[in-house]
Amino acid sequence: MMARLLSGDLPRSRLLTTMLVAILVGLALAPFLFPGTRPLDVAAKVCVFVLLVASYDLLLGYTGIVSFAHTMFFGIGGYGVAIALSRMEVAWSSIALGATAAVALSLVLSFLIGLFSLRVKAIFFAMITLAVASFFAILASQLSNITGGEDGITFKVPELLRPAYRLLDEPFLGTVVGGRFITYYIVFGASLALFLALLRVVNSPFGRVLLAIRENDFRAEALGYRTVIYRTIANCLGAVVATLAGVLYALWLRYTGPNTTLDFAIMIDILLMVVIGGMGTMYGAVIGAAIFVVAQNYLQEAMKAFSGAMKGVPLLPDLFHPDRWLLWLGVLFVLSVYYFPHGIVGQLRARVKK
Amino acid sequence: MNAASADAIPAQRFDWIPPALLLAIVLGAFAMIGTPSTWVTLTVAGLAMGLLIFIMASGLTLVFGLMDVMNFAHGLFIAIGAYVAASTVKFFSAAAGADSFLANLGAVVPAILAAALVAGLLGWFFERVIIKPVYGQHLKQILITTGGMIVAEQLIHVFWGPDLLPLARPATLRGSFLIGDIAIEKFRLIAVVVGLAVFIAMLLLLNRTKIGLLIRAGVENKEMVEAMGYRIRRLFVGVFVAGSALAGLGGALWGMYQESVTVHIGANMMVLIFIVIIIGGLGSIGGCFAGALLVGLVANYVGYLSPKIALGSNILLMVMVLLWRPQGLYPVSKQ
Repeated sequence: MMARLLSGDLPRSRLLTTMLVAILVGLALAPFLFPGTRPLDVAAKVCVFVLLVASYDLLLGYTGIVSFAHTMFFGIGGYGVAIALSRMEVAWSSIALGATAAVALSLVLSFLIGLFSLRVKAIFFAMITLAVASFFAILASQLSNITGGEDGITFKVPELLRPAYRLLDEPFLGTVVGGRFITYYIVFGASLALFLALLRVVNSPFGRVLLAIRENDFRAEALGYRTVIYRTIANCLGAVVATLAGVLYALWLRYTGPNTTLDFAIMIDILLMVVIGGMGTMYGAVIGAAIFVVAQNYLQEAMKAFSGAMKGVPLLPDLFHPDRWLLWLGVLFVLSVYYFPHGIVGQLRARVKK
Repeated sequence: MNAASADAIPAQRFDWIPPALLLAIVLGAFAMIGTPSTWVTLTVAGLAMGLLIFIMASGLTLVFGLMDVMNFAHGLFIAIGAYVAASTVKFFSAAAGADSFLANLGAVVPAILAAALVAGLLGWFFERVIIKPVYGQHLKQILITTGGMIVAEQLIHVFWGPDLLPLARPATLRGSFLIGDIAIEKFRLIAVVVGLAVFIAMLLLLNRTKIGLLIRAGVENKEMVEAMGYRIRRLFVGVFVAGSALAGLGGALWGMYQESVTVHIGANMMVLIFIVIIIGGLGSIGGCFAGALLVGLVANYVGYLSPKIALGSNILLMVMVLLWRPQGLYPVSKQ
């Protein structure tokens, strides 16, 4: 049953299994285990980013193509819901309509970009996606009568999801069961389901073809697989899941703006998560996203303490300034690409093989 | 080699269509704009922008042509150049603040040279440490150079601080010349002069020297050049360093033009640079020049004629060029 749920792709390492179970339990029981607004925010962000990073890994780790437009699709999802909920009545149907329109737009865009630039080298695709994504980010910040410009869109969600709503009058096990609680479980459930679906995809015959293309695209073509078509499908699939992740994130934040979705910094974050967690392993997305989001929220405090302790030493306080946390993750990223191409998950699995 | 065999290999004919297209755009813009003074101002602005982009992009396209290496951290050298220029101008603030053109040059020239020098040294370090281990692996190249950029941007924050750095242009370089009712910004004229000088120097180097011959041969067929006994890797390091130095030089000029420097100055330029070298044809220096002028001119004309489309004009231009010539304006024939 478990093997079937995970599509036969088990963690294959005791330590990795422990970590994954810990993350899963932590996320599943987050409202009960970590009361308070901030921890729940962190947990929801982990859920969304696990999904986003997993969909990116489908491209980078499994198909071997580098896209810089993933945040664009993430943003399309967010803006789709935001525009629908702010322009039309605040109802579930608007969410569905906004999400459907966003998915359709993402499909068309990813199909066009794929068809246009996936025939040639990986580098060409990376450059084209970078240009398109930056164009889209400028577009979103300029068309302020539709997208709200730099300010973004703050919108109302249906009654059931509002923080003021109470499902039970009494707290259940010390936790308020209200709008945030329900929203969190929608985000968590949808992320989990979509993650398992992605796991299914990469372990299907289709996923094996993607791996073959990554390893040797000439040979895959020679075996009779049209690599352009497979790459384009993978690209569209990744884009759709990223769009859905954007929808979930927008519902959680009740806000969509350039800084939460389209910023190039988020693209960098996704790259860091994929590579540190482990390219070509869906579980790497879970580990990478969890470590990264937790580091983002809590590492800075540790660095602040360290930087304070180093006061007086030249340069060190600056290097460990809380705002420089990305520096250290960047170093870890570079080292990962050189020495652990399959990231943390790859290291853990390699230890088992020895 | 006798005359007969020289005839047997006809010289490659120069493709006149892209320059003709540029001329057509310039003339077409004249017809649409109508007022000559505005047209001259816009054309000079477009040329200045195009030449600046060319300075920054030329190294990247040559590096790709020679070794199939795409450096996604190229914008880093632009940013470093701008920051070094800002620091140098501050150091020579007495000369920069003086009201004489020569004294001002005494601050600007060291700033530009320092920017090129530091960017070149950093390029050498970057090539040896970051890129050398991943020759021939495209995926890793993209990842590793992006990673290098993240680290380097953070290090810039460490050394120069996270805030916007002002880079005041010396007094005599501000303002514009007025010829009749035609206003030409002085600094743009300087950018045009420097850009043309770099382009001509590069043409001479590539077409009239042995190193240039080897570089061109290496872009066409690097195995053959290696088989002839030349160390293409050493050549490549040289091109990489020169390209980084040029990016630093361009960054210094760009920073002075904007009169402020942030860490994103390079990353913002990168998008334009990618568009330019895709339009030109990856690896082609002539294509890079034509593409840069095309992007600079079109951006300025469209920005004046219909500001609403201006944002997308670069992307539209790229799509149109690629629909017409999928390999770029001057495709590089790879063996």
